[in-house]
Amino acid sequence: MIALQGIQKYFGANHVLKDIDLTVAPGEKLVVIGPSGSGKSTLIRSMNLLEMPSKGKIVVDGVDLTAPKAEVEKVRESVAMVFQQFNLYPHKTVLENLTLAPVLIKKVPKEAAEESGLAFLDRVGLKNKAHAYPAQLSGGQQQRVAIARALNMKPRVMLFDEPTSALDPEMIQEVLDVMVDLAKEGITMVVVTHEMGFARQVADRVIFMDAGRIIEQGTPEHFFVNPEHERTQLFLSKILRSH
Amino acid sequence: MNGAFADYKWAALVSDWTVFGEGFAHTVLVSGLALLLALLLGGFFGVLSSGSSKLAKGLARVYIESIQNTPLVIQVFFLYHALPHLGIMLPTFAVGVLGVGVYHGAYVSEVVRAGIQAVPRGQLEAAYSQGFSFWRAMRHIILPQAKRMAFPPLTNQAVSLIKNTSVLAMVAGGELMYQADSWSSSNLYYGPAYVATGILYIALCLPLATYARRLEEQTGVKG
Ligand SMILES: Nc1ncnc2c1ncn2[C@@H]1O[C@H](COP(=O)(O)OP(=O)(O)O)[C@@H](O)[C@H]1O
Ligand SMILES: [Mg+2]
Repeated sequence: MIALQGIQKYFGANHVLKDIDLTVAPGEKLVVIGPSGSGKSTLIRSMNLLEMPSKGKIVVDGVDLTAPKAEVEKVRESVAMVFQQFNLYPHKTVLENLTLAPVLIKKVPKEAAEESGLAFLDRVGLKNKAHAYPAQLSGGQQQRVAIARALNMKPRVMLFDEPTSALDPEMIQEVLDVMVDLAKEGITMVVVTHEMGFARQVADRVIFMDAGRIIEQGTPEHFFVNPEHERTQLFLSKILRSH
Repeated sequence: MNGAFADYKWAALVSDWTVFGEGFAHTVLVSGLALLLALLLGGFFGVLSSGSSKLAKGLARVYIESIQNTPLVIQVFFLYHALPHLGIMLPTFAVGVLGVGVYHGAYVSEVVRAGIQAVPRGQLEAAYSQGFSFWRAMRHIILPQAKRMAFPPLTNQAVSLIKNTSVLAMVAGGELMYQADSWSSSNLYYGPAYVATGILYIALCLPLATYARRLEEQTGVKG
């Protein structure tokens, strides 16, 4: 589904991604963990080319995004992203947030987009907020709307970049519940998160990043039972203690 | 009463009020069309200078800097006196709209650019992640949010634009200032002519300026 081949990324002199080779299978649930600044966001943002790699190849759904005339916008229609800061459109109602891109970009008839939009809002438990504005919602509600907005694009891949990190603790679970529910489907998911409970519940594979490299990967059990690298052990002991 | 503001001079002004009426109507029309042109140019170049293309940014810079750093009078004289030598004869009305519109377009560009910059970066990223192109993201996501920031300074731009149409008096523009000037230079009744003209400009500009100030107070955005 997604293949990153020989990726290098520099921000000026800062070498942020180093020799990344990573393939995500269709339907796979991949969780990415690692300390702050290790390159997790840059990695996941290169999967829809929000970041252009300095070197290497990114293939999504058979399309080489790094090719000179690649139809990046077309691919992004089926690769949805959920951000740490929600990034809902504040000048649109909740329902408009869900229908804007399907109608304008995918040319879905407005009524169909609204119908499916309401169904997704129902699924995240916010159908009654369809006509509210984002600023009227709590952080947890906003993030659930953001997930519904992503779903209304009917994507084949969902990318989550620390979707619960900006939330008050009491709101984290409601967002995780939606994500766990979503993971029961065939959709491909890549999730940057430190929620190890979530990882244990849904991940097919976990990768640990440090200083721009993928240091270690395996099943969630592998990480809990016998992580190989010292840096992984150190990192896990820190985040597990803080939870 | 005698002197600069003698009663008979006012009486003459009142009986010739159509001269001023025509000028006033002309000023309103030129201002309206010039403002429209300024908004179109400002929108376009403001968006251009917010993109990632260096070439587009450079182009916008050249327009904005060359206009902002030369007097409006030179630009108007260029259109009126220099273009005919190149075989382009513009009617004075078009010189007015074009000259003032292009001039204020440069300032509107900067207002639009500042408004776009005030929209959080995540908005453009969210739009991109949904398959929006740069221009469509600007149109549907970014500019509607930038508008809130840009509205007070834009209203102030409209006020200076109206005042600046008076420059067209120098090229027989037919607008308010020109009409007042040619009326009074034939009968030398300068006093009433300029006072009346000033009042007409105030009638146009003061409501706009007041509106801008109220917007600034409401939104906390400085003009
Ligand atoms: N747009 C950017 N410009 C410059 N440096 C950046 C940019 N984005 C990220 N970086 C740098 O890249 C490194 C990795 O950042 P990031 O991918 O956000 O890490 P993480 O998500 O794991 O915290 C950091 O050193 C960060 O400062
Ligand atoms: Mg990050």
